[in-house]
Amino acid sequence: MLGEAIIKGMAVTAKNFFGSYVSKERLPTVQYPEERLVPKENARQFPFLVYDGDDWEKGLRCVSCQICEKECPPKCIYIIKSKDKKPDYKGQAQFYPARFDIDISVCMSCGICAEVCPFESIKMDTEFELSTGDRFGGLLLPKEKLAKSNEHYRKVHPTDAAASDAVLAAEIAKAEAKAKAAAEAKVKADAEKKPA
Amino acid sequence: MSAVAGANPRNFELLPKGDANGGELLEISMGPHHPSTHGVFRMDVVLDGEKVVKLKPVFGYLHRNHEKIAEGTSYLASMPYTDRLDYFCSMTNNWAYALSVEKLAGLTVPERAEYIRVIMAELTRVLNHICLIGFFVQDMGALGTPLMYAFRERERILDLFEELTGARMMCNYLRFGGVRCDVSESWLKRAGEEVVKLESFMDEFEQLVAQNEIVMARTQGIGVLPRELAINASITGPMLRASGVNYDVRKVDKYGIYDRFEFKIPLGEHGDLYDRYMIRVLEMRESVKILKQALRDIPDGPIMDSKAKLRGFRPKPGEAYGRIESPKGELGFYLISDGSPNPYRYRVRPPSFINLTILEDMCLGQRVADAVIILGSVDIVLGEVDR
Ligand code: SF4
Ligand code: SF4
Repeated sequence: MLGEAIIKGMAVTAKNFFGSYVSKERLPTVQYPEERLVPKENARQFPFLVYDGDDWEKGLRCVSCQICEKECPPKCIYIIKSKDKKPDYKGQAQFYPARFDIDISVCMSCGICAEVCPFESIKMDTEFELSTGDRFGGLLLPKEKLAKSNEHYRKVHPTDAAASDAVLAAEIAKAEAKAKAAAEAKVKADAEKKPA
Repeated sequence: MSAVAGANPRNFELLPKGDANGGELLEISMGPHHPSTHGVFRMDVVLDGEKVVKLKPVFGYLHRNHEKIAEGTSYLASMPYTDRLDYFCSMTNNWAYALSVEKLAGLTVPERAEYIRVIMAELTRVLNHICLIGFFVQDMGALGTPLMYAFRERERILDLFEELTGARMMCNYLRFGGVRCDVSESWLKRAGEEVVKLESFMDEFEQLVAQNEIVMARTQGIGVLPRELAINASITGPMLRASGVNYDVRKVDKYGIYDRFEFKIPLGEHGDLYDRYMIRVLEMRESVKILKQALRDIPDGPIMDSKAKLRGFRPKPGEAYGRIESPKGELGFYLISDGSPNPYRYRVRPPSFINLTILEDMCLGQRVADAVIILGSVDIVLGEVDR
């Protein structure tokens, strides 16, 4: 019959229309910003720099190795290495970034920087409501703005943060074991030296 | 018949007379900001009344220098750029690129990662075809409704992607020699549920569209692409198969682990719009079959080749071409390495660009309104056409 399929199609539309009053499945629209979806744990937006402890300047994990700068696809990370060194989380003297800028108006949120960083020091944030009226530099974030605490990281990505904490704990344990072994070796060497 | 002097103060070039009715040919430029051209794409058409007598596709508005940029960055840093080629199908783009780099560097992919890749690629195929059909029906004048249903389903698949990879569209998920992060049991369970839901959606959608008299009247016998022409123009993907050529890289190359799954390649016989539409419907069903098998069989194990290196990746000098069956056709990446961290040459074989070259042959003699649907049935994404 001519028009049969059209009527069938209309029935589907009607089912969806009336269904949208009763079933969430058929009404997926969310009225942002009044309503919001629950953010996904893995969601990534823009990178931030992790620091330990309370003082962001002291606790910044970044050692300015510049791997992320090299690997960043649109080259939106800008780093100047420090001349002096400061102790890192293991107590080892390390360089730190004298300057660390990310232009998040260029950043494509790919997460490569977080992936390649060998020091667990740059991670992806989940904040996305960052619009600004300042066209010139409003989205060029210096390290003061990029630095966020490890607690923040634990809050936004609990699973990843736990893994990262474990890696760091292992590193520290390894460093301590090494230091201890070195100290023991030294004591032993001293002891051997004395009688001779 | 040339223009009467004075009647054409701005010197518009009026083309010579068309048919016997004494009309004049009209040259119009559809696009680049035309809602039916699926992006910034322009068709310069010459019309005789409503009939298309000449059509010239003009592209390049979205050119982003992808290949040259890729030659200046490391292999890994090109991965997120491939997401942005065909931005509907980031997973399959990733796969094609990863495949050619793996060939270049001699990496093998662990079993579990291969399964994950198949799951991702088939989900991508389903979401691409769902959206395509939505757009296709919209081009025919069904404004909004079917497209919104299509987008609703697509959103569910994108939710799955986001949960796993952190991004809805720009997943950046595959890595050379594996995938970036592992899928959890709960994710697999949810994916299984979504696949079942997809099936019921396809039934519903088919009721809405497939037997519809208007759809049939607008698509059957229109925009025919003959078999020989399709082969000669190196058309690939659903377009080629709608013309009745049995060629699917998944079966021909058996890349990844596609030889383990049972699925059919649907073929058309007329090569018209209706066949092209039906091929996609049937292909989605086959994808669902593959998905069910993959979700059932996925083994435990590592997800990365132990030889793969994330930092300081430098493949040996050599060249490689990796190709896959992306939802749009054969997507290939050709790479030459000179042993440095960047590829020496990087070339994409984009399916939708090559499929577009045949547009004029399909449109000649058709009406303008049909040219719009014919373009829709080619399934182009301008990110991939222009790169
Ligand atoms: S997320 Fe990607 S684009 Fe953004 S800073 Fe990191 S590497 Fe660069
Ligand atoms: S963020 Fe990480 S990769 Fe980047 S310079 Fe600092 S330590 Fe190196």
